[in-house]
Amino acid sequence: MNEHSQKLAKPVTSGLRDCRSDFPALDQEVNGHSLVYLDSAASSQPPSAVISAVAEYQAHDHANVHRGVHTLSHRATEAYEGARDRAQSFINANTRNEIIFTRGTTEAVNLVAQSFSRPTLKPGDRILITHMEHHSNIVPWQQVCEQTGAELVVAPIDGKGQLKTDELIAQLDERVRMLAIAHVSNALGSINPLREIISNARRFDIPVLVDGAQAVPHMPVDVQELDCDFYALSGHKMFGPTGIGILYGKEAKLDAMPPWQGGGDMILEVSFAGTTYNELPYKFEAGTPNISGAIGLGAAIGYLESIGMALIERHESEILAYMMAELDKIDGIRLIGTADKKASVQSFLLDDIHPHDLGTILDHKGVAIRTGHHCAMPVMEHFSIPGTARASLALYNNRDDVDRLTEALLVAKKIFKK
Amino acid sequence: MTAAAPLQEELRELYRDLILDHARSPRHFGKLDDASNRAEGINPLCGDKLKVYLKIKDDGVISDASFEGSGCAISVASASLLTETVIGLTTDSALSYVDAVLAALAGQQKDPADVQLGKLAALQGVREFPSRVKCATLAWRALNAAIHDDKQPATTE
Ligand SMILES: Cc1ncc(COP(=O)(O)O)c(C=O)c1O
Repeated sequence: MNEHSQKLAKPVTSGLRDCRSDFPALDQEVNGHSLVYLDSAASSQPPSAVISAVAEYQAHDHANVHRGVHTLSHRATEAYEGARDRAQSFINANTRNEIIFTRGTTEAVNLVAQSFSRPTLKPGDRILITHMEHHSNIVPWQQVCEQTGAELVVAPIDGKGQLKTDELIAQLDERVRMLAIAHVSNALGSINPLREIISNARRFDIPVLVDGAQAVPHMPVDVQELDCDFYALSGHKMFGPTGIGILYGKEAKLDAMPPWQGGGDMILEVSFAGTTYNELPYKFEAGTPNISGAIGLGAAIGYLESIGMALIERHESEILAYMMAELDKIDGIRLIGTADKKASVQSFLLDDIHPHDLGTILDHKGVAIRTGHHCAMPVMEHFSIPGTARASLALYNNRDDVDRLTEALLVAKKIFKK
Repeated sequence: MTAAAPLQEELRELYRDLILDHARSPRHFGKLDDASNRAEGINPLCGDKLKVYLKIKDDGVISDASFEGSGCAISVASASLLTETVIGLTTDSALSYVDAVLAALAGQQKDPADVQLGKLAALQGVREFPSRVKCATLAWRALNAAIHDDKQPATTE
């Protein structure tokens, strides 16, 4: 950790120290205003600890991993494998073999769809997803259904944007051969009751993949306690670099799966007569991996652990409650996604102002939000809207950010007033 | 980029009264049942979609035009202004307008003698907002596709 973050800053709320100075990107002016970054659900900003870990590695330790006897290769391997150990303990995986580095959540889901599901699915089998999934937890399953003749079934959500859990549980039966479900919805913020759902899935021996992209940056995650078979996450949404993510899989499941891609690193022995695959986790990491990405992700995990996920969760839920209450005070606001259990994001519409116009006006006031369908078109269709404006929080946001958001929304209202 | 005041001006340049008026009350909005030509425009970045309908007579004059779809203030106002502009023009001169508008929005100083931008000049506020230029061009790309009777949707990418 850098010296900035050691400096004691004023406490914000909930006992979380002010972490803003750990994030160099937050310290800038945009369009003449100090930046208010409310788009961490799309991609979060890295702290100095991550930036310097990656830079240090690039400057002093870079070499290929697992294949050299020289010192730099040894250092690179140690750092890369050290990141795996950190990830293992961060999500409480049983062994380090259960941590597969991928490009991100999207690649992790595709890996499971192609390596786990595709070889075993047959016509009549079902894959169950929910109506609130991100496209990356929909399309890979549509593809594998097309390839195998299995059927994609969708569990419904209600008007608050929460899962109709009873209906999902009623959809579970012997035909379902995979349940793929978000931990937290990126468009709505709804937190799904995974413990209850997964224990019901167990009754029919249904494998469960959890899309954790929007959960890991915001709350403690324990994959053994969840008892999911697979858990996917992205580094860049948890203060790490882009192009790196993790597939967690139970060892027994991963062991039984064929490799997904072939190449170097994933083999023990190759001859033209045949190839012996490497052991876990290397079996699923063909080719030179994203070494610096993994190191950056490891540093991000270290940073999060130094603060504590429980504290982060408490801080963010306080800011989220404040944000929802402040937004709700604005005349003409419509909050999309008001589940009882929510994390970090709020989608909304204001009067009949198109979200892109809101986005432009807010950007002009230095406030960065996301607008559009958020890669969750079925959610937009559920609410009969083309898109929303979405403000999303991370550990570095505070009440002032929310105030700047609402002020800027009032400017938008003024510009568009009839 | 420094003081806040001129920035506010830029916003007002983008959302001029004329633009807001057309966004709120788009002209010639809806399907044209007896259209001879039609085309769709898609902005894949934001998912905005609109359709432009034209009624082109045998002499090449556009006797009626309309559009439908949903979009931001800029794309709706641009489409609305487009319909007002092209009704009564020949397809050739409508295409000159397409060229002139796309050039103006790209910030090119091209003043074709036969094209008077007139109120279309109000669209030029987007030039200070690079991420919004495509919103303003969408309808014009669709118009171009409709005149050429393209079956493929026109895209801004
Ligand atoms: C819930 C959810 N799942 C999956 C993804 C895809 O993540 P990535 O693009 O990093 O693979 C995202 C992010 O866009 C997300 O929010």
